Amino acid sequence: MAWLPTLIKACYFLAALLFILGLKRMSSPRTARGGIVWAGVGMLLAVLATFALPDIHNRALILVAVLIGVSAAWWSGRRVAMTAMPQMVALYNGMGGGAAAAIGAAELIGYANSSITLLDGGKFTADGAAPGTAQLALAVLGALIGAVSFSGSLIAFAKLQGWLDRRFVFPGQRVINMLVLAAAVAIGVALVCGQLSLSLIAAFFVLALLFGLMMTLPIGGADMPVVISLYNAFTGLAVAFEGFVLQNEAMIIAGTVVGAAGTLLTQLMAKAMNRSIGNVLFGNFGASGAVAQEIGGSQKPIEANDAAVMMAYAERVVIVPGYGMAVAQAQHKVWEFAQLLIARGVKVKFAIHPVAGRMPGHMNVLLAEAGVPYDLIADMEDINPEFPATDVALVIGANDVVNPLAKTDPASPIYGMPILDVSAAKHVIVVKRGKGTGFAGIENALFYADNARMLYGDGQAAAGQLVAELKTLDT
Amino acid sequence: MIDGFLALYIFMLAAFTGYEIIARVPVILHTPLMSGSNFVHGIVLVGAMVALGHAETSFEIAIGFLGVLLGAGNAAGGYVVTERMLEMFKSSKPAGGKEAK
Repeated sequence: MAWLPTLIKACYFLAALLFILGLKRMSSPRTARGGIVWAGVGMLLAVLATFALPDIHNRALILVAVLIGVSAAWWSGRRVAMTAMPQMVALYNGMGGGAAAAIGAAELIGYANSSITLLDGGKFTADGAAPGTAQLALAVLGALIGAVSFSGSLIAFAKLQGWLDRRFVFPGQRVINMLVLAAAVAIGVALVCGQLSLSLIAAFFVLALLFGLMMTLPIGGADMPVVISLYNAFTGLAVAFEGFVLQNEAMIIAGTVVGAAGTLLTQLMAKAMNRSIGNVLFGNFGASGAVAQEIGGSQKPIEANDAAVMMAYAERVVIVPGYGMAVAQAQHKVWEFAQLLIARGVKVKFAIHPVAGRMPGHMNVLLAEAGVPYDLIADMEDINPEFPATDVALVIGANDVVNPLAKTDPASPIYGMPILDVSAAKHVIVVKRGKGTGFAGIENALFYADNARMLYGDGQAAAGQLVAELKTLDT
Repeated sequence: MIDGFLALYIFMLAAFTGYEIIARVPVILHTPLMSGSNFVHGIVLVGAMVALGHAETSFEIAIGFLGVLLGAGNAAGGYVVTERMLEMFKSSKPAGGKEAK
């Protein structure tokens, strides 16, 4: 069976190639769908090859664990709503980080069990294969990053799922977090230097998990996409490091590619929000003590029939959808309304902020689900100059991305974030459930502007009313 | 096997590959790509299988089992979610053309 190891290596090579080609195809809309299938084939190959490894024991246990993991994830991934995709990505990413940490733990414990301490304090391993310092260091580093990604992603999941809607902020938090990290790193260094005892290994993992937890707790929900993307890159790196430890080429390449791609993706996302990654992680929303500007005026309501008439006789209407629209499942109604307007000769466009929804591109996916064609969807850079020539801007379910305070109030936590300039339009109609603040918990000056009218109600109900009112105009 | 410098070369080249793949991606694909790369690091499953396959004590087996469970969840969940997101890109183009009337 001398050919078997070669065949397995060839499968790993093919898997790595398919991952890279698959990701490449996923980076263009035309070929994106095939890309995931290519990567899937690569994964299947790699898993089957691993089953065939000659020195593997516990095959039955492995099969049971794979079957349970796959079926649970498959079932949950199938039935989750499109709006909940970001937290599912966070959850699955956390699982990957946890798996990387588990590999690190298994390796470290294996080393600890097989090493015998000599009387003079020196060590040698029983089977003669002493782990090199580099190997130990990579196992520890991968475990640290994986564990942080695991607990951090779970917190991100809980926050986006709405299970944890508070930010936990207390004085000196940053210092304590850094101390926890420093302690974890110190124990990690001790492990690398050969102090491989089970209690130290346990302490190391407890501290690493705790750090991920505490690092993510103070971060506001609006910043979560950047954080999830960062943890995605973390998991990739952790997988690559553990791949070096296990001498598994597929893991090394796939993990490194994801680590690099994820880092760049994180930067792109942070840039879209005009924030640095450091700012997202450590400069928590609302942490500045500055006094926010007073907002004068009042919110002025409008009825659905007036709003419908206003838009029916407008020349240009720009619809600004936000996550609130998707949560209310209103995108189909909104698209129906837009089609009615288009049939009346109104020029309709959808304006999408780079971070509309929960992740960059999330809103495009949600609109695509409703059947809105690409040519009606405009980016922020393209649409902002058009707002002064726009008769009505219909803001539905969006809040922070249209808040003028981002431009005018240096004390505002979102100051500096580029926004959709809807207040430049002649009229603004805001569909909103109630008078509360948005996801980031910030008051929105747009709602008090002179040219803004509030259409209160659930996104779907409001859009349905608008459709009905438009239809009565035609008869 | 892989020695230190060879490993560094692999690491460097793979990192550049990852960077280049993402460098010119339209914003609309950021979410599916994040999800797709999330699936790709599900390859951690392979490592977890090796860890469980080499486990000897029951404690090691328990940790390996947990690792395989989590890794399998990462791979399967990542695939399903990405596939569902990308499905929309397929259907939206022809459907969008038709519905524009």
